[in-house]
Amino acid sequence: MRNFFEKLEKLDRRVIFIFVAIALILPLFFPLNIKFSVTPPVKSFYDTIESLPPGSKVLLSADYDPGSMPELWPMHLAALRQMCKRNIKIISTQLWATGSPLAERAFNLVAVGEYHKQYGIDFVNLGFKEGREVVMVSMGNSIPQTFPADYHGNKTEDLPIMKGVKNFSDLAMIVNISGGLPGTKEWVLQVVSRYHIKLVSGCTAVAAPEFYPYLQSGQLVGLLGGMKGAAEYEQMVGVTGLGKRGMDSQSVAHLVIFFFIIIGNIAYFSMKLMKKEK
Amino acid sequence: MRREVPVIICFLAGALFIGNYFSPKLQPVAQVVNQWAIICIAFAYVLGVANIFRINYQVITRKGKDWIYKVVLIVGLILMIYLGIFRGVKEGTAFNWVFMNAIYPMQATMFALLAFYIASAAFRAFRIRSWEAALLGITAVLVMIGRVPLGEAVWKEFPPFTEWIMNVPQLAAKRAIMIGAALGAISTGLKVLIGLEKTYMGGE
Repeated sequence: MRNFFEKLEKLDRRVIFIFVAIALILPLFFPLNIKFSVTPPVKSFYDTIESLPPGSKVLLSADYDPGSMPELWPMHLAALRQMCKRNIKIISTQLWATGSPLAERAFNLVAVGEYHKQYGIDFVNLGFKEGREVVMVSMGNSIPQTFPADYHGNKTEDLPIMKGVKNFSDLAMIVNISGGLPGTKEWVLQVVSRYHIKLVSGCTAVAAPEFYPYLQSGQLVGLLGGMKGAAEYEQMVGVTGLGKRGMDSQSVAHLVIFFFIIIGNIAYFSMKLMKKEK
Repeated sequence: MRREVPVIICFLAGALFIGNYFSPKLQPVAQVVNQWAIICIAFAYVLGVANIFRINYQVITRKGKDWIYKVVLIVGLILMIYLGIFRGVKEGTAFNWVFMNAIYPMQATMFALLAFYIASAAFRAFRIRSWEAALLGITAVLVMIGRVPLGEAVWKEFPPFTEWIMNVPQLAAKRAIMIGAALGAISTGLKVLIGLEKTYMGGE
């Protein structure tokens, strides 16, 4: 018996890897379709965008890379869908170099592919600019000066969507899809507190707890945390995307991790007890 | 002078941006300095690329450890610079193809591996060795289960309960850490501005 618990306590991590892999893959082929409700931070994210009148101009900052795509890509697409549906004009920027091709693809998939929106009139991709917080502050003074040309090399000031857009005061709100630094925290510190503009954020699950203080203080008016946040948001927007489809895998994987924690503790306490008895 | 001039520049730049936060009158000057900063950062990229070439070239020429990987790095760097500058970055270009078919899956794979390592780490780390460990472990499990649909299927009140954990105990601790860190940052910032802290200049 002692031998068994000893082995269990020092369980080879490859065994755990196999169980996690099975837990992630199986639900993709055999969906459980577990129902779930929408949490207040997600509802607030949705309601804030929904409350904007059609034609409002929104800054969508896609500050992430392919590494965080499983969590952030579904919310990026869902946000585009909600804004396109409401005829909101979208100005996109990226503070991560690797975010630009993703923003471009998202626009092509949703704005052009699904809603037949016109580039330069209904949406624009201003691309990436290095400088992190400096870029944010610079945009507070002049967006066209900070981004003189868009991702395609067009002069920003010549684009119809940019007519009348000088700085943050000409925008209705900011939607930030954040994969880390620079991201939501920097938008709150550099822009929201200074220019008093509404900000909603979609971030990775691991980063979400950091933003709860901003959410409670009202500096952040909505928050999507990880794939679950994306799935809830997709439910509100009325689409079945990658977020909702990934929920079963995530549920079963969490359950597997939970069982391993229990097994680990059973082995630990059994060994402890046996050592005492000895 | 090698020390005094950077301290004076640092003080003036810091004072300008602090002043700009409170007074819009300084906005035009601050905007010009912001543009300078963005240009300087862009130049830092050029320096960074030059440095990568220099360091890796040395390893390749003397066939040092893992030199073959350095060749891949240099070739990849040159290729992406060439494709980006001369062939464009739009969808459908070679640059975009390499990004979507090489960089994207590699980064996604690295991040996906976390799921496996986190599971293994949770198995070993969440042992209830003390009351504090018990508190941490139980809270982690509750939040983990409560934040997936399965938790809601088990107990309808799981998501609101998890939200309460996030909004009350978690938030209180987080806010305390943030305020502490912010006070530390303010004091360090002031020390840098008035020249008491000079380690950012390097050297002894």
